[in-house]
Amino acid sequence: MRKLLAILELFRIDQHRDRVVPATGFTATLTTLTAGAMAFLVVFALALSFAADRLAARWTSALEGTATIRISAPQDQMKVQVEHALAILSTTQGVETARALSIDEQQTLLEPWFGPDIPLADLPIPQLIEITETSDGFDAQGLRLRLSAEAPGAILDDHMRWRKPLVQAARRLAILGGLSILVIALTSGAMVMLAARAALAANAQVISVLRLIGAKDSYIVAAFVRRFSVRAFLGAVLGVILGGVAVMFLPSDGATASVLTGLRFQGADWIWLAVVPPALACVAFLATRFAARRVLGELS
Amino acid sequence: MIELENVAYSYGGGELLSDMTLSISAGAFYFLTGPSGAGKTTFLKLCYGALVPTAGQIRIFGNDVRSMSRDDIAVARRRIGVVHQDCKFIDHMNVEDNIALPLAVSGNNTLAEDANIKELLAWVGLSKRAKAFPPELSGGERQRAALARAIIMSPDVILADEPTGNVDWEMSERLLKLLLELNRMGKTVLIASHDLSLIRSAKSQVQARVLRISNRRLQLAGANL
Repeated sequence: MRKLLAILELFRIDQHRDRVVPATGFTATLTTLTAGAMAFLVVFALALSFAADRLAARWTSALEGTATIRISAPQDQMKVQVEHALAILSTTQGVETARALSIDEQQTLLEPWFGPDIPLADLPIPQLIEITETSDGFDAQGLRLRLSAEAPGAILDDHMRWRKPLVQAARRLAILGGLSILVIALTSGAMVMLAARAALAANAQVISVLRLIGAKDSYIVAAFVRRFSVRAFLGAVLGVILGGVAVMFLPSDGATASVLTGLRFQGADWIWLAVVPPALACVAFLATRFAARRVLGELS
Repeated sequence: MIELENVAYSYGGGELLSDMTLSISAGAFYFLTGPSGAGKTTFLKLCYGALVPTAGQIRIFGNDVRSMSRDDIAVARRRIGVVHQDCKFIDHMNVEDNIALPLAVSGNNTLAEDANIKELLAWVGLSKRAKAFPPELSGGERQRAALARAIIMSPDVILADEPTGNVDWEMSERLLKLLLELNRMGKTVLIASHDLSLIRSAKSQVQARVLRISNRRLQLAGANL
């Protein structure tokens, strides 16, 4: 109960107490700057995290429900194997549509690598069959067995082989973004703690006077904690504004939509920026409280 | 109020104070004298719980100082007004706010705005210096501001460590007069001082007990003062 009262004491507005710790000084500036820099980094970590999340979602949705069959066979067997493969697909449960890509479509696919003038008809390139799955999907293993019997040059690519690691990479990138935010929060806490310890040392006379006149530890702690939390909050607001502006200059979704994703915040993502200053103020609150309690204990 | 029983205090391997027994009773007036370095300040610090004795027992308002938490000691200090020779203040707060600080600290913020502060400032002769900052005050003004801060909570005991150490004779007399007035109001006063003329002056106005620290021990000084 006493502990709870001591914590509640931190939230009580007391103009007299709030003036006890000097408003200026290098530790106060250091706290503001640290919080500002950390908030700036948090904005980028958030942007990275959201972008990675969007990327994973995009790759998943874009490739989900489709598969490709690639038929590599001698020219004289190609047509037969394609027909066999299409016949198998037409009777396979879970396959909604299946069609062989035309020469023009294959040309378009290869254009980014070989240019527009490639004589595709003269080259021994495989024939592609595009498959659209039903919502239940098909049995890939069973289909492979049937294809190997009737179209030995056919290779089923259900995109899992490369989709999975890509989506996994994007998800990990999102987690990495989250971890970065955690590391930034911990670093902020450590920096504020150091600043608070320096402030407590620099204000030894204030502490000594307060103790002489009968101030409880909770009063002294609250005076320092409130000062540092407010400083951290203001610094974080500044950092978030600067970070938000900087993120607006990053590539948008439109510029990189085909493969990547935009790094800018989208829609409700912006709301998260409002969470950063109070969150950093909370970190400062806890760090200063911990430092102040320790220092007061050491001074006794 | 404050009782010391066979108290000793050691620091850095050496014993500074030894076998001290004293009961500071309500409404009494004490002088504590002795040469510089005799341990007067240490004795006062023991009396208000800033130091814990290495031997013996100190009871502050009936509580053994060893069993008191930091918060318990803080609460006890609100009943003990302390005036130090170096008069520490919070330098970025003005005199008025510094004097009102004990009220704020004890949660009596409404009282802090009370006219009592103005009266107190007038009583110590600092009405015109209320908005000044501590570094702007003279030695005498600092001592009077410290005294005002020490008594704003209407403490039971006032402990003053060399309160006239940095002031001229006229100001010493003025401060003594204030302390004598407080004693007449029923407050217990203990002044640590090596200023014998101040003690003689006080003895002519009040029945004061004079204690002397000699050879680390507390003695009652007699006529040989």
